[in-house]
Amino acid sequence: MPLTHLEPSPEQIEQEKIYRTMGLTESEYQEVVRLLGRKPNYTETGLFSVMWSEHCSYKTSKPLLKLFPTKGKRVLQGPGEGAGILDIGDDQAVVFKIESHNHPSAIEPYQGAATGVGGIIRDVFSMGARPVAILDSLRFGDLNNSRVRYLFEEVVSGIAGYGNCIGIPTVGGELQFDDCYNGNPLVNAMCVGVMKHEDLQVGQARGIGNTVMYVGASTGRDGINGATFASEEISAKSDEKRSAVQVGDPFMEKLLVEACLELTKHEALVGIQDMGAAGLVSSASEMAAKAGVGIHMNLDLIPQRETNMTPYEMMLSESQERMLIVIKKGSEEEIKAIFARWGLHAVAVGEVIEEEVLRLEHKGKIVAEVPSDALASAPVRHMPSRVPAEYTANQAAPVWKPEITDLAGTVHQLLTQPTLASKEWVTRQYDYMVQTNTVVAPGSDAAVIRVRGTKKGLAMTTDCNAKYIDLDPLEGGKIAVAEAARNIVCSGGEPLGITDCLNYGTPENPEVFWEMEQSVRGMAEACRVFETPVISGNVSLYNETNHQAIDPTPVVGMVGLIDDLGRLTTASFKHEGDAIYVVGEAAPEFGGSALQIMLDGKASGKPPVIDLQLEKKRQDEVLSAIRKGYVSSVHDLSEGGLAAAAADAVFGTEFGADLHFETDPVTELFSETQSRYLVSVPEALRKEFEATVAGAVLAGSVTRSENIEMHFVTESVSLRRPELEKDWRGVLSCAMSAKN
Amino acid sequence: MKTAVIVFPGANCDQDMYYAIKDGLGEDVEYVWHAETSLDGFDAVMIPGGFSYGDYLRSGAIARFAGIMPAVIKAAQEGKPVLGVCNGFQILLEAGLLPGAMLKNSHLKFICETVRLKVENNETLFTSLYKKDEIIRIPIAHGEGNYYCDDATLKTLKDNHRIVFTYHGENPNGSREAIAGIMNRAGNVLGMMPHPERAADALLGSDDGLRLFQSILNHWRESAHAAYTS
Repeated sequence: MPLTHLEPSPEQIEQEKIYRTMGLTESEYQEVVRLLGRKPNYTETGLFSVMWSEHCSYKTSKPLLKLFPTKGKRVLQGPGEGAGILDIGDDQAVVFKIESHNHPSAIEPYQGAATGVGGIIRDVFSMGARPVAILDSLRFGDLNNSRVRYLFEEVVSGIAGYGNCIGIPTVGGELQFDDCYNGNPLVNAMCVGVMKHEDLQVGQARGIGNTVMYVGASTGRDGINGATFASEEISAKSDEKRSAVQVGDPFMEKLLVEACLELTKHEALVGIQDMGAAGLVSSASEMAAKAGVGIHMNLDLIPQRETNMTPYEMMLSESQERMLIVIKKGSEEEIKAIFARWGLHAVAVGEVIEEEVLRLEHKGKIVAEVPSDALASAPVRHMPSRVPAEYTANQAAPVWKPEITDLAGTVHQLLTQPTLASKEWVTRQYDYMVQTNTVVAPGSDAAVIRVRGTKKGLAMTTDCNAKYIDLDPLEGGKIAVAEAARNIVCSGGEPLGITDCLNYGTPENPEVFWEMEQSVRGMAEACRVFETPVISGNVSLYNETNHQAIDPTPVVGMVGLIDDLGRLTTASFKHEGDAIYVVGEAAPEFGGSALQIMLDGKASGKPPVIDLQLEKKRQDEVLSAIRKGYVSSVHDLSEGGLAAAAADAVFGTEFGADLHFETDPVTELFSETQSRYLVSVPEALRKEFEATVAGAVLAGSVTRSENIEMHFVTESVSLRRPELEKDWRGVLSCAMSAKN
Repeated sequence: MKTAVIVFPGANCDQDMYYAIKDGLGEDVEYVWHAETSLDGFDAVMIPGGFSYGDYLRSGAIARFAGIMPAVIKAAQEGKPVLGVCNGFQILLEAGLLPGAMLKNSHLKFICETVRLKVENNETLFTSLYKKDEIIRIPIAHGEGNYYCDDATLKTLKDNHRIVFTYHGENPNGSREAIAGIMNRAGNVLGMMPHPERAADALLGSDDGLRLFQSILNHWRESAHAAYTS
């Protein structure tokens, strides 16, 4: 029998302060007592502890999230549901969201990453959309560290194992390496789906008397307290919490996707929600709270894969591949038949009730009864913030500019830094082509997916330069959004909106909270200028290992619309003789640059500044030139500056370039000044292009050669494409074949 | 021509195959659920890629017991074109319609990329529109595509020109003799690891796979015409 008789009594929980080990603070416990009008029992304390964890409640970040613009003419669904939805015309919509799985991946990297992918896919199809793409924003520590290599290898395998099996192409993302992620990798997974407007579903339990059904995999003891685990720092003791990491079954999820998309077309469906973080308790209480009703659930009916599970275990389990649905009363058999065809459970476990409570019955007794909205209303925490001394010092630092004697050697060294090197070792492990809609594969500025049956495409990217944000979170926050938008524009897309994954350290540290505040402000401001509302997102705090916090890393996931795939652009040069333009002038801005990090081992000074109005104007002009067919290739200048962009443009082609500059070589090649592009233009269209894009300076032409020749007033640099490309491609596979 | 695309639980290239035939080839195509028992009325059968039953036991090992498999075997015996791609190839091996077995890739990792194939035999109903020894570009995406067979089988395959495609250039998975696709003795059952359905639209990078489907269609037209005139 379940060991419920061994659970502590409400009195013991209070007197022995057991709630503290479960994750509730003193004042939060008092608030629970006030809301209930009595002391909570063990199960109820558990419900509150997970639902009021940072991971589920956003209690610390809520005041900041309010700063984001969330409305716009295309927004069909903003934050608050499984994923956000934007209109893309023709009664179609794009659905997307990004989510972190950092903590589980630090402990059990394969399953941590795999279930991160599984969870975000459920968020998307629960809205009624077919998932069409996955992107992963990954950050790891120093590849010379064998533990880091293990985490990297297993995370990539986990993503591949899940995404490849379920048949959703993994088309892009980011991969960066920095010592600050040594013990705390970042694994942020984004899923994009496409749907018809009429199929839109929400996670609401409307209609008194309607039936609550449990569908998908059965419930086990895996992942209990996962949400609470994700709301603490990682420490030596974290390994003991390995059982808080869930295990994924992509085959089960594939069946679930197909069955749920069939269900979406059924008129009996009222609401559907993923059982993600905090499993049954979050899905049930959120569906009830959003509809202003209650749910009565009989836990004896929950499909269980282990014996003698207690209500606490069942409610807090984070077993994967499960959904909670509400259907019209009387249609249970039809719904069961849909799931049975796919070999899945669909079990009626409760009903929608008028009284606004979540009431749980087990073995003939009511074992928990809490107001539905109480679980969803954790007391908001207003944290103090303080300007870090380091920020002040960095702002006052003199301009950093290195003396470089060997320009070609420096370019070579820069391109073979793991962060700038080819990511092929990773992307080859992902099936990026399944569904046969991948028009632009991983490796360009943004991935592009065709919307089948139309001439439209969706461009998608994830971006965040954490070094800039570390130096100046306000400016860095703006740049994260600007870079994402620039990447979309480079593909010929119009930026539509963003999802964000806000990864930070411990918010109780006022300096960390200040970084959160400033970077969110910067991102919000940029979103307003680009008219790209935030439609979904996730916050991951406590990314610290042994009190060493990560760089603030708010990752931006952006989706854009390409109205005609015939006008698609990529970064690669296309034709010999095309004119090469550099759009925007380089200033000596090296703070947080790839060059500075390579030469100094750390970021210092001010990051590049960004003029959002100029950025927007230039994006509009470049997009206009693309749409009018004036360009052959477009690439944005970001990490590694022009040196990296020029190399990207010739790699994988049979071309070289002949370029002339009257500027300072070090600044021209390596500065990371914002709002800049490398564009190639057919000779015959130069006039049209120059009239469309202000600030475009002719720099040379595309040559059929193995060299990039760069001529400056005082010296010339010649880069050999074949050798440079070979070394650039080999970095990761070489690092990963190292022993021990 | 009316083509069946078999849908196993966990298949994930079924839609890609469907659209390659419907949009790329412009012919009739229908999904057939794994629990069905008949393929009467279909002129060709496609077993698409994916992870049937999660591939948890051994790729294709459970799918071979599905309700539809006797009908697939019957179609093969009747001489209808049967094409198994990727997981479909693995299923054909498990079902004994083709000889040999599939091992994990020699480098032990999943690999997804567009590779070059050499058309070893263009005198088949699947490859009549290619030139002999033509190099074509078709994507692969698999973790277990390392084809293996014993010496006697290899000799039979070679002697009877049953090796239809080989990898050109680097062997991506360690396959014996760089084998990418083989057919049965009668020449109407083809198994291949590369995905021709992913190379049926130039927008996605290559349409070299489309001629494989067009070859099947030509064969069907000719044999229908032959049946009509005889």
